[in-house]
Amino acid sequence: MHGSSTDISGFLGGYYLFLAAMNAVMAFHVWHNRHRVGEAIFWIVVFFGLMAAAASSLGHSPPGLPEGLRNAVNYATGPVIYSVGTTALLVLAFVLRKFLVQPRVAWILLNVSLVLMGLSMVDPNFAAIVTKPDNVPIVGLVFLLGFFTWLATAQAVKNDERLKQGLEPLEKLDNEKVLVWPDLVYTELICMVALTAFLLIWAISLQAPLEEPASRVKTPNPSKAPWYFLGLQEMLVYYDPWMAGVVLPSLVLVGLAAIPFLDFNKKGNGYYTIDERKFSYLIFQFGFLEMWVTLIILGTFFRGPNWNIFGPFEFWDPHKVLALNNVDLSQYFWIYGMGEALPKAPPGSSLVWEILYILKREWLGIALLIGYFVALPPLMAVTVFRSFFVKMGFVRFMLMANLLLFMAALPLKMVLRWVWNLKYIVSIPEYFLNF
Amino acid sequence: MIRESQVWKSIFRHPMPQDRRNRIVVMLTNFFLHLHPVSVKKQGIALSYTWCMGGVTFFLFLVETVTGVLLMFYYRPTLEWAYNDILSLRDVTSLGILRELHRWGAHAMVITVWLHMYRVFLTGSYKPPREFNWVVGVILLLLTLLLSFTGYLLPWDQLAIWAITVGSNMARATPVLGHEGPGQQLLNLQGIDMITNASDARFALLGERFVGEGTLNRFYILHCIAIPLAVSLLLAIHFWRVRKDGGISGPL
Ligand code: HEM
Repeated sequence: MHGSSTDISGFLGGYYLFLAAMNAVMAFHVWHNRHRVGEAIFWIVVFFGLMAAAASSLGHSPPGLPEGLRNAVNYATGPVIYSVGTTALLVLAFVLRKFLVQPRVAWILLNVSLVLMGLSMVDPNFAAIVTKPDNVPIVGLVFLLGFFTWLATAQAVKNDERLKQGLEPLEKLDNEKVLVWPDLVYTELICMVALTAFLLIWAISLQAPLEEPASRVKTPNPSKAPWYFLGLQEMLVYYDPWMAGVVLPSLVLVGLAAIPFLDFNKKGNGYYTIDERKFSYLIFQFGFLEMWVTLIILGTFFRGPNWNIFGPFEFWDPHKVLALNNVDLSQYFWIYGMGEALPKAPPGSSLVWEILYILKREWLGIALLIGYFVALPPLMAVTVFRSFFVKMGFVRFMLMANLLLFMAALPLKMVLRWVWNLKYIVSIPEYFLNF
Repeated sequence: MIRESQVWKSIFRHPMPQDRRNRIVVMLTNFFLHLHPVSVKKQGIALSYTWCMGGVTFFLFLVETVTGVLLMFYYRPTLEWAYNDILSLRDVTSLGILRELHRWGAHAMVITVWLHMYRVFLTGSYKPPREFNWVVGVILLLLTLLLSFTGYLLPWDQLAIWAITVGSNMARATPVLGHEGPGQQLLNLQGIDMITNASDARFALLGERFVGEGTLNRFYILHCIAIPLAVSLLLAIHFWRVRKDGGISGPL
């Protein structure tokens, strides 16, 4: 783990050179095409800064983050900060989208994130996780998602501005027909050539991982599912496998497939817009970016041995112990609330009695779940979602309400866990039925 | 000279597509190009609109097919050989880079299929008349993940079997059909449990009670034959529907 910072200094040198070149192109672009001299000078300064970073990297002393800062970040890393923080960032990005999509701002953000990445790479613990061959694509995913979210939002913001003025969306202006040969066929050809080149470079520079031969007696710690399923594995912290591994993934698929049949909003078909479809936009972004992608990032980069959370610059110590004593709702109610033992059928009683006792033990959780999944939807229909209910009809509304409630159940359970160490709302281990 | 020959003319039944007429004819007479319409709205093929992500995903699928078939020449899905064959792809075989191409292509395909879905959502392209094609897409998304998942096992190293073990352990908890799932007790005949660790959903997936040689065989066949066939069929429907639904979406 130690001394590996010199191994990557060559890589970092190239990395900073690339960033410097990017900014040189930008400086040329704003000076030549936009005639903004002041801005061009700014990017030239950035260019020189990056060149300096490249030079010192190539001289085997790449710039890094101060130790105090790294320790502070490690110290702050935890499930609450992470989840609340990423959600807050997404909300902020949404609220400030008109400001953030300006090319200048976006370019600054891109530079800052790339430089932060470079500075962090000097830390051996950070580098060890990020450069694990199978993790590299996820770093790519993060930047690609950032880029495409920017691209889509920029167009949506422009369109929303136009729509407000009663104009048509920009996509409508390009409505003339062109021949597929050459216009599309050539684009496709160029894409294919570029992609082939990209894949070849990737394949040459990064070897596919191959660990020791499989052994059923040596369990690695942590044992991780493939990265695209790490969101599901993360849910295992809060749900039993039947929920996290079977029911919820199925509901994700059902929910995705149901989108076109639930979204009755006819606007926003075939062009980028946010204002015209805020509700579906926000739900999808929350589901995709927060509950899918950030959970994958958490599972990949922050979950270490024993599935503990580690800071980005922290050593993955398999002996790190975290006291975990989570408590079921029924225990809260009977033991702490009523001061009694959990109700238990006397030994030798019949099946019916056993079940009745279980129901008695878990009545509060069961009542809460019924309230949440059965009573809440009609309540939603007559209050906040009244107009939805009228437009959607009974069946579609109930489907949507239940899907939304299932989706909201995960963050709710997270909060319950953090605040009260709540383990299960309903806990019937006798029948593997924990919720 | 070549273009005047009978052979050339038997393949390409028109001159070079340099004028309008021949640019149309080429689209209609070439099998591969025939996937496309003859003309499209300029907006629909703008890179800033589609990000080319559907096309990129398709291209990656083709790359995976070609590199995958070549890899099959070098790989035997048995406990004795699987790991060693991968090892020699790395150390001995001169075309070993195929494995890198295949693995990174697979990661990339998962990413691009998500980005494609993201784009389709953000442009509202699932709205009528394209609802059904979105549903086809969701199935393709699932199949893409399953392709990647089944392939993950084949190198038969620690990374592989433990990832698959973690992933498939969940099937143990399938309601009713998993031996540790809620309602597991429901299926029993005169007091004998029908759902045990040798008959439940996980067993069906693995072919054994743990990730073993039977699993390797099952995943190999799923990965190389069953899922690719299903994907190909659905892709045909997907592309056909893109055209039948009026081409790439745009403002009405
Ligand atoms: C193996 C995976 C997939 C491949 C190869 C694929 C390929 C394509 C291609 C080439 C197009 C033409 C337009 C474009 O390039 O954007 C397209 C359109 C479309 N795709 Fe996919 N797709 C896949 C998965 C999906 C998924 C996961 C979804 C959604 C959940 C989806 C939904 C759609 C829809 C609704 C259209 C029509 C959009 C429009 O007309 O703008 N596809 N697909």
